[in-house]
Amino acid sequence: MTLESKIPAGDIATKWTQYKSTVPLVNPANKRQLEIIVVGTGLAGASAAATLAEMGYKVKAFCFQDSPRRAHSIAAQGGINAAKNYQNDGDSVYRLFYDTIKGGDYRSREANVHRLAECSTSIIDQCVAQGVPFAREYGGTLSNRSFGGTQVQRTFYAAGQTGQQLLLGAYSGLERQVGLGNVKMYARHEMVEVVKIDGKARGIIARNLVTGKLERHFGHAVLLCTGGYGNVFYLSTNAMGSNVTAAWKAHKAGAYFGNPCFTQIHPTCIPVSGHYQSKLTLMSESLRNDGRIWVPKKQNDDRHPNDIPEEERDYYLERRYPAFGNLVPRDIASRAAKERCDASYGVGQSKMAVYLDFKYNMMQKYGRTEASKLNIANPDDETLIRLGKEVVKEKYGNLFDMYKQITDEDPYEVPMRIYPAVHYTMGGLWVDYDLMTNVPGMYALGEANFSDHGANRLGASALMQGLADGYFVIPITIGNYLSKEIHTKPISTDHEAFVAAEKAASERIDKLMSIQGTRSVESYHRELGLIMWNKCGMARNEKGLKEAIAEIQALRADFYKNVRIPGSVNEFNPELDKAGRVADFLELGELMCVDALQRNESCGGHFREEYQTEEGEALRDDENYMYVSAWENKGDTWELHKDELKYENIKIQQRSYK
Amino acid sequence: MSKLMKLNLKVWRQKNADNAGKFEEYKVDASPDMSFLEMFDVLNEQLIETGKEPVAFDHDCREGICGMCSMVIDGRPHGPKQGVTTCQLHMRSFNDGDTITVEPWRANGFPVIKDLTVNRSAFDRIIAAGGFISTNAGNAVDANSVLIPKDVADEAFEAATCIGCGACVSACKNASAMLFVGAKVTQLSKLPQGKPERETRVVAMVNQMDAEGFGACTNTGACAAECPKQIPLSVIANLNREYIGAKMNGK
Amino acid sequence: MKLLSFLFTSSIGRKVLMAVTGLSLVAFLLVHAGINACIFFNDSGKTFNHAAEFMAHNWLIRSAEIGLFLGLLLHIVQGLSLTASNNQKRNNKYGASAGNANSKWYSRSMGILGSLLLIFLVMHLKHFWVVSRFTDAIQETAGSTLFDEMVVVFTDPLPVFVYVIGCISLAYHLLHGFQSAFQSLGINHPAYSPIIQSIGVGFSIIVPLVFAAMPIAMHLGWIQ
Repeated sequence: MTLESKIPAGDIATKWTQYKSTVPLVNPANKRQLEIIVVGTGLAGASAAATLAEMGYKVKAFCFQDSPRRAHSIAAQGGINAAKNYQNDGDSVYRLFYDTIKGGDYRSREANVHRLAECSTSIIDQCVAQGVPFAREYGGTLSNRSFGGTQVQRTFYAAGQTGQQLLLGAYSGLERQVGLGNVKMYARHEMVEVVKIDGKARGIIARNLVTGKLERHFGHAVLLCTGGYGNVFYLSTNAMGSNVTAAWKAHKAGAYFGNPCFTQIHPTCIPVSGHYQSKLTLMSESLRNDGRIWVPKKQNDDRHPNDIPEEERDYYLERRYPAFGNLVPRDIASRAAKERCDASYGVGQSKMAVYLDFKYNMMQKYGRTEASKLNIANPDDETLIRLGKEVVKEKYGNLFDMYKQITDEDPYEVPMRIYPAVHYTMGGLWVDYDLMTNVPGMYALGEANFSDHGANRLGASALMQGLADGYFVIPITIGNYLSKEIHTKPISTDHEAFVAAEKAASERIDKLMSIQGTRSVESYHRELGLIMWNKCGMARNEKGLKEAIAEIQALRADFYKNVRIPGSVNEFNPELDKAGRVADFLELGELMCVDALQRNESCGGHFREEYQTEEGEALRDDENYMYVSAWENKGDTWELHKDELKYENIKIQQRSYK
Repeated sequence: MSKLMKLNLKVWRQKNADNAGKFEEYKVDASPDMSFLEMFDVLNEQLIETGKEPVAFDHDCREGICGMCSMVIDGRPHGPKQGVTTCQLHMRSFNDGDTITVEPWRANGFPVIKDLTVNRSAFDRIIAAGGFISTNAGNAVDANSVLIPKDVADEAFEAATCIGCGACVSACKNASAMLFVGAKVTQLSKLPQGKPERETRVVAMVNQMDAEGFGACTNTGACAAECPKQIPLSVIANLNREYIGAKMNGK
Repeated sequence: MKLLSFLFTSSIGRKVLMAVTGLSLVAFLLVHAGINACIFFNDSGKTFNHAAEFMAHNWLIRSAEIGLFLGLLLHIVQGLSLTASNNQKRNNKYGASAGNANSKWYSRSMGILGSLLLIFLVMHLKHFWVVSRFTDAIQETAGSTLFDEMVVVFTDPLPVFVYVIGCISLAYHLLHGFQSAFQSLGINHPAYSPIIQSIGVGFSIIVPLVFAAMPIAMHLGWIQ
């Protein structure tokens, strides 16, 4: 099967507009006859479900949480990008497009990214209209801040809770449609199987997590908006329940998995504190607007950070990347932190951390401004700190509180200790321009697809992509498929394909329950995470990846022999839910290593130690690897398909933030 | 490494909604740096190892924002610390040798599913009744075309930080959901975009809230005191005001 | 009337009715306490009787009294039924109690405090109101006044004790109820609410104190 990305012809700047005006439509009467299944209710899923229902489609939405409002988009902190140019600093759709392509290290698809940049402005309008309380200036206009990898201020935010506010906006739109009867909501349901009839996605098997019963659901199209798979690393900033199961079942049913090894390691997370640690907590990238990252210039320096004088601190990001300084993209900041720690400059008890210090900007940037507002001519340090602290508190108060709550250290007094952690996965189901996977009728939106961020995502772009896909892209592109489906009557869930899919799911569950071994699901997950982090994490090499593949295979075999799942199938059984997810991670982990091993270059978040410049920067191989790796599942192995990337509007160069 | 604390737990165990539950006692060693939920992870590992059923509890993001975690700890939702969710509560807030009682949210509007897990779908139905601004994707005007004074935006934001966890209901002696409803009504009624349907909204949401079996507010303030996001009691006054206005207007 | 039906059917409406009737009772208490305080002129009840006489015969006061009684009745009936219905919202009680960690005991005990007040009120009305309004026991022609009646009642220590308990219940009932009424009516403002609260606290202490002072003073013979 050849991959067709179906990118419309024409000029990049007008391609999407033209597509919108020529794509086949479904008339309102027919929409009412068409059913769409949306799995996942984060930014992409909730916005898609709400919008499609507004248009008149019959929608069924599923989420594994107890309410659609709890999807992990809610935890996004810093903001959402949009090319509004409200700051008059030279921003434009093209610049956002360019920054995103460059930030992704030239491994994303031009047409998709340009469309994303175009839609970005409408997202802000839509969110404001639905009551999202973005931060504002005293004049009543919207406020912006900077994020990594850009030199303009285009990030809209709501304190450190932007994801929450955007998700609640989309959720309110979704609930409105639930109230109107246009969406049927299934919370505490997990998709466990795709149903394909005549090669097309026609429904899903979902497990009711409260009763444990399997349910059959028909849809003319199935939208997977199920987020990323960072939890394959066990420790990540993802929610405990975030999983790959839906996407993986789609993959097993024929959908290609794109760039699985592209993982984003976020540079500013609270370091691991003990073996019992269940997850890692992010400290928003927005903190890098005002926080300066440093380590001592001396190795193994055990002094208290406040006792280390200015001249003995190494602000290594500012030193290495003067143009972008502390606001380099995430992959670069993460690797630089790892490099320092590996070279014994790390701080804290574990020595696996660097400092993120607000004192300078608290005093010099905010303290001075406030002092000047108050007409204090020659403020002393104490006054500057006192005044600056108030401003910092207003900007980042909730993040500082959270840091203090977790570490028991006051970041207003002592620099934060931070270390990189798994945060986002750029890889995902392969999709074409319509966001359709290679299985007709099955779509992937948001983080669940691979399309927009290449090998590294810029901060504040995940929210943008999720909402662009849900509010503005899928409502248009789905017409391209559904307009041909208007004669398809709803298929009975007694159809043999539904029966077979349910049987497969049921057998899989019974198999897991029948093992009754000795080890907990959690312990397997933890072990898998360790393999992934050590050998397929921030730095990878051929030897490590080969070892990892063997280790994962062995672990998987052991899992199916020795895992112990308490309780029974037909009840509320979180351990069983987790077991199903970990079983899928145990397969995905292998594919990620296979992909990382195959890609003999470094790009963005994928850093192969064998391929680096003399200064330790990622060394791409555009000649041989300028494609999306789309992996087809062949039982126990995978076959690679290449979706070539063409850059017609952006000149490819080595990414530099110096 | 900090010293381990020895804790006695009294945990509510209930097989499902149809069964009566009871407290069971467990012993757990915990590090002061653990979160309360990580302490429960340790307990569950112990239970699984000894062939017993682990305690079912809701949790997801573990960073205090999804609103899923929900334990009543020594009679207080989210435990003794103010302004934090259960997942952000750390064991250093307890002492070696403590006996800690852990129960689910208890309210008729939140039936127990299993152990410490409850069904909070009533909140979704309240939002579905009116907790939104009726606007379809695609017909919004430019975001800066309506100016919103910073203090109004801040006030709306403060109310909008509600995570829908239900601690307010569980803390209230009447199991009232008015802090939750008040927060949403306040957010939307303050913003110019939400004003056109403010009257129908508040009436619909209050009707649904009453139908779900939540009690009336008697202004004890327990909800605001226990709210992990510190939503102020003033949102309930605002809810009352909006509601009275709408009713006196014949809505 | 349909416009006001929400006062009996919705959770918020019922609270609004509690607030409105409660505040009208607060106004009544102020007048009542003012007139009671007249005994402290210590003129053998002359001023007090004069005021009582006025209250008993002024037609405006008498009609307001009907409204007051209606309000009182509504406050009682609504209060009892609201408490009963609120108590049914949590069938499975908590095993551990938060104690006073998140709220004041008297805020949680308005039903009980109100019930205590009701018991006191029945006794109180029997002592004075029924006597002064519906019997001829107190007629100037008969030579007996309301003041004389008080002297008689408060000679016995039992009513004095019950009255003091009643006043304490009233104080705590008001301590919560006064500010709560404003909250129920939607009045909560960063600048004005602290003022309302201070007034509420002052009112809740002073008025019950004035009431309690009367039986005590009479019993101890300070007032004659």
